[in-house]
Amino acid sequence: MLKALRKSLAILATLAVTAAAGQASAATLINGAGATFPYPLYSKWFSEYAKIDPSVKFNYQSIGSGGGIKQITAQTVDFGASDKPLSDAELKAAPGKLLHIPTVMGAVVVTYNISGVSKGLKLKPEDVADIFLGKITKWNDPRIADDNPGLRLPNAPIIVVHRSDGSGTTSIFTDFLSGVSSEWNGKVGKGTSVKWPIGLGGKGNEGVAGQIKTTANSIGYVELAYAFENKLPTATLRNKSGNWVEPSIQSTSAAAAGAVKNMPADYRISLVNQPGKNAYPIAGFTYLLVYQQQKDAVKGKKLVEFLNWSLKNGQKLAAPLLYAPLPENVKKMVEKTIRTIK
Amino acid sequence: MSNHTGDLTISQPPGCTENTVTNETPPAPIASTKGLNADLVFKGVTAAFAFSILVILALMALEMVKESLPTIKAFGWEFINSSDWNPVQDTFGALPYIWGSVVSSILALALATPLSVGTALFITEIAPRKFGGVVASLVELLAAIPSVIYGLWGVLVMAPWLQQTVQPFLIEHFGFLPFFQGAPYGVSMLAAVFILMIMVIPIITSITKEVLLAVPQSQREAAIALGATRWEMIRMAVLPYGRSGILGAVILGLGRAIGETMAVTMVIGNTPQISLSLLSPAYTMPSVIANEFAETTSKLHASALMEIGLILLAVTLVINVMARLLLWGMTRQAAGGAK
Repeated sequence: MLKALRKSLAILATLAVTAAAGQASAATLINGAGATFPYPLYSKWFSEYAKIDPSVKFNYQSIGSGGGIKQITAQTVDFGASDKPLSDAELKAAPGKLLHIPTVMGAVVVTYNISGVSKGLKLKPEDVADIFLGKITKWNDPRIADDNPGLRLPNAPIIVVHRSDGSGTTSIFTDFLSGVSSEWNGKVGKGTSVKWPIGLGGKGNEGVAGQIKTTANSIGYVELAYAFENKLPTATLRNKSGNWVEPSIQSTSAAAAGAVKNMPADYRISLVNQPGKNAYPIAGFTYLLVYQQQKDAVKGKKLVEFLNWSLKNGQKLAAPLLYAPLPENVKKMVEKTIRTIK
Repeated sequence: MSNHTGDLTISQPPGCTENTVTNETPPAPIASTKGLNADLVFKGVTAAFAFSILVILALMALEMVKESLPTIKAFGWEFINSSDWNPVQDTFGALPYIWGSVVSSILALALATPLSVGTALFITEIAPRKFGGVVASLVELLAAIPSVIYGLWGVLVMAPWLQQTVQPFLIEHFGFLPFFQGAPYGVSMLAAVFILMIMVIPIITSITKEVLLAVPQSQREAAIALGATRWEMIRMAVLPYGRSGILGAVILGLGRAIGETMAVTMVIGNTPQISLSLLSPAYTMPSVIANEFAETTSKLHASALMEIGLILLAVTLVINVMARLLLWGMTRQAAGGAK
């Protein structure tokens, strides 16, 4: 009885091993983990790429940028993904040289729900900072009213809504506020989670948007893609060059184009408040994190092929999914970086 | 049951028993596996399952202590005494989260207990049996709703209602009390209390119902024989008898309330502050872990969240032990009464 059981177990085990081996020879599996923000685009890329090269399969887990950084540092995945560039300490913790490969860009928009104002709000960056600091407390404050002569702003308190969960969106937004307000920089700073001076916390883009929708005279921030999909009103912001810029895919790409002069070789640069006539001021890269020295030659080669494809063909898929593609001059730089992967 | 198995094991060769159960002694007599008794295997397997739970709990606690050592070292008692939670500056104080968890759970229980006990009394003492059964299964149905559904309903339906109707009313008529001051945001401590109340009602109700059913019929008959009305019978014969059991039900409800994450996160406003006002937003321990853990910025940040988890585990453990002791007391009492 027991013997028979053992025998059948052994047969099962052999079957399982052969099946696994058969699969492995059929397709190279490349594992990745990290940021949630680019996940819809990446899964589109992977499914499109499977049509071009069926010999490689991608498995991407969108566990968050922090998790992606941890996993690639521990080398449990073949590539990581992050919405924020790694700090020097994080780079040092990795066992090899990690490259940042910018894939696309995202933007953060200021959205609002003001009684009697359905669209067209304009805000100076300093005023956004002071609203989130709790220093501008009413919608009809002259500092807001002066920029919006056509709007009837109510004499009502401003209710601030922010993300309660740690997120790259918060990171980009607080980076922007730190850049435009020295008080914000000193008091609060930037990060995926910060100590908010005022306001309510909503979980995720949907939490913030839902809170704003149900709360009259509120203001908050969400991802550009989320705001567009849900047709939320977005504030027009004044950029570094003094122009009023509406958030859009083009104005987001323009932010990277404006930054290209100062672009470091590892792309670890903040794209907020970049110069450029049309540059939208709250934007950021999202990156893939790849070791320069690949351990597995086969996987490494496949990964490089994919990265090149994403740069040449994948960029076209970005805009329909509301991601901003890399501008031409940045694409050329990234191409060179990909070539250094061994 | 355990006695029965014990008898069986004694009838086996002693060496064989020990081998199959503990794998400690050399495998000399195990050659006779043909005599392997299904009862023995069963005993061994179930014992292994039971011990694995203990091992998992111990390992979890150990790991959490280990992971939270950096913040324990860095902040000591200040961690549970300070309100400064600032991931950017790497300073962490968990007091607002502890406050939010404790206050929201206790207030929710204060509201849910009378409602649940009343419902249970209605089911067991007052309603016709069939109708009582329908009410009981409807209440239990509430327990089957996933908490994220409660959260969605809370943030889309209840919070706006609180904001437009309940909170302005409270501010207007009770605004002189410190509990009802501030602006009506909708999402607030009050919203969390209401959501938790709805979520713990089924637990307290169904356990209380069982407790009341365990009250011997002779108790009731004796009270009625003495000329008690139905209310007097419930007050003097039924409730005192089930007191400790009902308390156990309440404490199990507290365990559920204090650990609830998703629904609370969606309606409490996630603002780490300590305010007497029920209208102001607050924050709880499970919420901050769920919110910040995926994107921790530093080792100390992760460690701080671990320590919050440890505090939560300690609180939940204490509550569960208390509930066990009370329930144990109740069953013993009920068994004693039946004799």
